[in-house]
Order: sequence, then structure tokens, then C-alpha cells
Amino acid sequence: MSDQAEPVVQFVNVSYRIDPQRTLLQNLNLSIDRGETLMLLGRSGSGKTTSLKLINRLLVPFQGEVRVEGTSTTQWDVVQLRRHIGYAIQEVGLFPHYTVHQNIALIPKLEGWERARIAARVAEVLQVVGLPSEFANRYPNQLSGGQRQRVGLARALAADPPILLMDEPFGALDPITRAEIQREFKQLQQRLRKTVVFVTHDVGEALLLGTRIALMESGSLHGIYTPHDFVHSKDDHVTPYVDAFRMSQQILAA
Amino acid sequence: MSLAILVGVPLGILLTRRPALKAIILGTTNVIQTIPSLALFGLLLPLPWLGVRADRITITALVLYALLPIVRNTYTGIAGVDPPVREAAEGMGMTSIELLWHVELPLATPVLLTGVRIATAITIGVATIAAAIGAGGLGEFIFRGLAMVDTHVILAGAIPAALMALLADSALGLLQTFMQRRNH
Repeated sequence: MSDQAEPVVQFVNVSYRIDPQRTLLQNLNLSIDRGETLMLLGRSGSGKTTSLKLINRLLVPFQGEVRVEGTSTTQWDVVQLRRHIGYAIQEVGLFPHYTVHQNIALIPKLEGWERARIAARVAEVLQVVGLPSEFANRYPNQLSGGQRQRVGLARALAADPPILLMDEPFGALDPITRAEIQREFKQLQQRLRKTVVFVTHDVGEALLLGTRIALMESGSLHGIYTPHDFVHSKDDHVTPYVDAFRMSQQILAA
Repeated sequence: MSLAILVGVPLGILLTRRPALKAIILGTTNVIQTIPSLALFGLLLPLPWLGVRADRITITALVLYALLPIVRNTYTGIAGVDPPVREAAEGMGMTSIELLWHVELPLATPVLLTGVRIATAITIGVATIAAAIGAGGLGEFIFRGLAMVDTHVILAGAIPAALMALLADSALGLLQTFMQRRNH
């Protein structure tokens, strides 16, 4: 079904609208390669989150199709599709009545893994996201924001999905925790080589974590850049982002 | 009571899956709730199979009364699940049933139990009145006492009925606290 050269996720002429007056995404064409970290960068309402939700079929295109591993999302069995794709969101959405262990173990359990394998996997992913194993028995309300976000990431990784969707996962964290988690995520990604689609409005984050940056504007894709090209672009849609980022850097340098 | 839970909880779940039915079902149960209990007994009396025996009428009326708080609280409880929690659950590939069983029902339990508590209190109250149509029970002492103007007989029915209501309520209250503690 999938060969190496084929994009893992492909948007083909995708439009999405709520009603005829409100089109959230206009004719999107985009290919995401295996193992890359594609950053969807843009302002609020530019269609980043909409694009992301089209990949795991939380939304269905109005026109065109989204292909995952070469198959249109509407042709996939929706449960199979979603278990093939890890999903981490800003609000995390941990199950408050479950311990950290139970949160992470849920999908492996539903997939019918054996107890020993689940326990080993939970220990493994907790270590991957940098949480000590004694956290397994805590409940979400006993964790800090950063710890919750790590658990959310661990849960998304639990069943070892080849694709990872992340919707501003570090957006609600304090700057120090965010920087720490970003750095760790970068190292993690260099090791795991998942295909990651990452929504952000933070230029610094996009430059730091992305192999490519897709700039979204009012429901369309404006362009795709490597971090290097992005910084040096003369495009007047790109320069405001870079300027804003430079400004904060200059304050540091001064 | 358990019959009302058996009907009410699935109805409440149905409402979260088919919001179009919400107005109809909540409206109907609401109307039933508004009918005074004696009048409801009266309305059920002429019905073919049901109206023939007092116990059948009583059980039907009790279930109908208990329905509203249970249906409404099941619905409210499930609808009150934090949207990101539901989004995460759907996004990670849980089926509708798995979502219900692992996430929605456990999180809705405290609210759902409140509904059961209210329903229980109502049920005991209505059951006492059922003596008026000859269904027997503690209400019979009350009515007989009223007829004979005998306070002792009235209290012989009223005190156990009140105790029963209080006991059932506090038992359910305890269960509720226990469930809540388990959830945190």
C-alpha cells in the first residue's frame, strides 16, 4: 500500500467549509514525507487546526481528499486510522478519572495487548517523555501543566503510531517549561523519526522544531520553507514573522 | 426504581447521540412530572392491561416519575464532559461505545447519581400516595389514620415512610461521595 517515495500524508485540492459563507480551508495541496516534522505556522483562524483535524478525520473535506499512507481518510476505517496516528492537543485532555498509567495504557489495552507488554510500554514512554516511573499512579489533577503535557505526549506515543499530530501542545506552558519541553521534543524526534505535523503560531518554535515550515494564511497555504529559507525570505508575508522573532532576539542581544 | 434506571440511563445516553430527540424526550418527561400523582393514577386507571391492577398502575407511575431526573441528569452528566477530553478520546481512535464506557459514563456518574437520588425521593413520596388507589403499603396506614382521625395510625405509616426516604437518600449520598473520591 505504501512505498518509501510516497508521501505519508497528502492533501489533494482540499477545501473545508462549515457552510457556504464560511470556508475555513481553500484548495490545499500539501505533501508530508516520512520522518519529517512539518510545522503548520499561521495566525489564529488561518486553517492550521482545521488541516490537522482533516488528517485524523475529526473533520472530513468538503472537496478534494486527504490521503494517509496513500488511502483517502474517508476510505480508512476511522478507528484504525486514528490508532495509526498519535494526537496531542494544547488542552491535553487527559482522562481525569484515570491514573497516568491508565491514561497511557488505554489504547494498547483496547488494542488487546497483554498486561506485561502494556506495563513495559508505559514504563518506556514515561521514560521517553522524561517522567519518573512513580508518576504512573498519580491522577492528572496531581500534576503540573508541564507534567500533564508530557503525559499527553506519552499517551499519544503509547501504541507507537508512525504519525503524530500535535496542536500547539506547548502553547499553555510557562516559557521556561516550554523551552525545556521543546528541546526534549527535538531530541526525541531525532531519535524516533516519526512523521510529525505540528501546529503552532510561535515562529521560534517553528524554526526550532521544524524540518519544513508551511505558512498558512486565511485558509490557504502561502508557501513551504525550510527554516533557513524562512529566515532569509524576502516575501512580505514571511518577513513580519521573522521581524517579530528578530525583535525579541534583539532585546536579548541588547 | 431499577426499572426507571434501566429505561432512563439509556434514554439519557440516546439524547447525547441524537440531539434532535432532546426536545421531544425531555419535553415529554417534563410534562409527566408536572401531572399531580393522584391525577396520574386516575389517568392510568382506565387503561386496558395496566389499569386492571393497582400494583401495575403504581409501578408505571413510579417509573414515569423517576424518569425525568434520571434522563436529564444522565444527559447533563455526559454533555458536561470537558470537550478536550472527548476530543482527545475521539482523536486517539476510541469507538463510540468505548468512549461511553471508559470516559463519558465514569465522568457523568456523580451527576447521574444525583438524578437517581432525586428520583428515589420522588418515588417514595408517590408510592405512599399509591395507597389511595388500593396499592397498599405504608400509605395505607396514613390514609386509614386520616379517616379515623387517629394520629398513632397516621404516624405508624408516616414515620417509616419518611425514614425510608431519608435512609435511601443518605445511602445514595454516601455512594456518591465514594464514587467522587474514587474519581480524583
